Amino acid sequence: MVASSSSNNRTVVQLSRVSKSFGDVKAVDDISFEIRRGEFFSILGPSGCGKTTTLRLLAGFEEPDEDGGEVRLLGELVNNKRPYERKIAMVFQNYALFPHLSVARNVSFGLEQRKTPKGEIEGRVRRALEMVRLKPDVFSSRMPGQLSGGQRQRVALARALVLEPAILLLDEPLGAIDLKLRKEMQLELKALNKQLGTTFIYVTHDQEEALTMSDRIAVMDNARVAQLGTPAEIYENPRTAFVAKFIGESNFFDGRVTDLNGEWVVQREGGGSFRVPHTPSLKAGQQVRIAVRPEWLDVQRPDAVPPGENALEGTVRDIIYLGETMHVIVTVPESGDVTVALRNEGQLIKPLAWKRGDVAAVAWLPEDCQILEEE
Amino acid sequence: MAAIRERALAWLYTRPEARAWALLAPGGFWLLAFFLVPLLIMFVYSLMPRGIYGGVEPGFTLEHYARFFDPLYLQVLQRTFTWSIACTVICLFLGYPVAYVIARSSRWRTFLVFLVVLPFWTSFLVRTFAMIFLMRDTGLINSWLLKLGMIDQPLTILYTPFAVMAGLVYSFLPFMILPIYASLEKVDPSLLEAAEVLGARPAARFRRVTLPLSTPGVVAGSLLVFIPALGSFLTADLLGGAKQVMIGNLVQNQFSSARNWPFGSAASFIVMALVLAAVMFYLRVKDRSSGGAPSL
Repeated sequence: MVASSSSNNRTVVQLSRVSKSFGDVKAVDDISFEIRRGEFFSILGPSGCGKTTTLRLLAGFEEPDEDGGEVRLLGELVNNKRPYERKIAMVFQNYALFPHLSVARNVSFGLEQRKTPKGEIEGRVRRALEMVRLKPDVFSSRMPGQLSGGQRQRVALARALVLEPAILLLDEPLGAIDLKLRKEMQLELKALNKQLGTTFIYVTHDQEEALTMSDRIAVMDNARVAQLGTPAEIYENPRTAFVAKFIGESNFFDGRVTDLNGEWVVQREGGGSFRVPHTPSLKAGQQVRIAVRPEWLDVQRPDAVPPGENALEGTVRDIIYLGETMHVIVTVPESGDVTVALRNEGQLIKPLAWKRGDVAAVAWLPEDCQILEEE
Repeated sequence: MAAIRERALAWLYTRPEARAWALLAPGGFWLLAFFLVPLLIMFVYSLMPRGIYGGVEPGFTLEHYARFFDPLYLQVLQRTFTWSIACTVICLFLGYPVAYVIARSSRWRTFLVFLVVLPFWTSFLVRTFAMIFLMRDTGLINSWLLKLGMIDQPLTILYTPFAVMAGLVYSFLPFMILPIYASLEKVDPSLLEAAEVLGARPAARFRRVTLPLSTPGVVAGSLLVFIPALGSFLTADLLGGAKQVMIGNLVQNQFSSARNWPFGSAASFIVMALVLAAVMFYLRVKDRSSGGAPSL
């Protein structure tokens, strides 16, 4: 097993080769990563990817398989520790407020269980409610049933934060509230994370949410970590087609790598070719898939492609006006529909020059090719 | 014919109140005809002089109510209440763990619920007779204990208070288990996880979350056991013999062999009033202790 000596005092969570199976199904398959103190760390993935199981392993609701690696919190091995023996707090997807207790009693529940001196409790409950912007005088005596979804969310957050935990686990806490409030809460959560210095571990299936809030993101797919990095790293350099597709939108082009007088060129099966940057991992003759973000593509007349750019010819299938951007869908033989996102820079500068059926080339700079690994 | 039906439906459709009444009417009629009317008749009977050959004579009297306050009858009343309360408490302590296990099991849940309701497949009378075979001097319990050499003489089990209590608990236990199970099953598992992650050990978690959230089931189960236990007579009759008379036996006796219908009616109404008072007291205490959580 991996020695724990590699962790320093900035590491608060350490997963080393952790696996968890339910019957024959591997929910988490040999994942390893470390989370640093104060970090806003998101675990992102589609449903069934293992992200919730990973969080539950951290919370202590699940234990790793036998020989299923090590879970360490604040340096301590916690594989078989129950949740109440771990120094963590958690916000649940459905808030999980106790329906029979008032807001104040919900928030003080953890303090009472952890034997906090009686005199301290009231003040800390008030401060926690203020922290999540609920007026203590108004809300303390309310029952959860009398609160809106957003208010319940805030109470759940106060109930966790009042414990002043080193680690806060959040299981898709914003899933059930409406878009506008969700955006607001995203910024508030991020601000709380920085202000309190608490490590936030945030599970979500919403890539935009993860990009907005996170310092780092672990993208999970099929019980494994597909990629781990900062939002920019993941967006700019997705390692696999799955990551490229899941975080933002992407267009994919396949072909075989050839070395053309020192330049790496990908020959497409259906004709046409494009250049890719020099990459040590590529070998001549290798089948490769690359991704290009829609906003890195441009639409050009086939005879007007700027020199040095890659270009593939196709037919304009549709034009979708989105206000801020305009999507031009170009059908390229062998690659299907390619989406090009054009910024709306004002009617006079960029008139709607394209119409359906036009012959057009999608063009991009060779350095904007994201070379993907096999999954 | 179809036209009339259509017009009636259209008329109902425009009047939600009429619709509600239409839905209430059949059941309401049933209760009126077979519950309220007989009850009224009984109440009138309880205030009339007794007929010599059963039935009543014209007139008005309170003597039947006064007669109930004879120490003999008060003792029966007290015994009935004590036993019913004891039966309720025993059912609660036996039934809660069962309900808890059923609610937390996943694969066996349906089967276990099936087992709980299985006794209802046979008649109550048959089951009570079966208990006689179990508990009598030459019954299963005694013959086994004798065979194992644990006793020399058969134990007297039948026709003792123990036999009555065993019978009462046996017959009413499912009515305790089912409502508690229903309320435990509704407890969101994430609430238990929330309690645990907030630092509650299993005992604290049960006391602070599971138990309060299952109070509606405990209340419903207690009422479903206590009230019928109070009115039961078959169990005491068959398992208790003549010495362990309960109020139900008294009433039944007045209507059958004693042929004193007005006194039977008066006794019934006194018990009814006491049950009502007891239930209201119970609900009030429960509401106060649970801080106004929704009842039932």
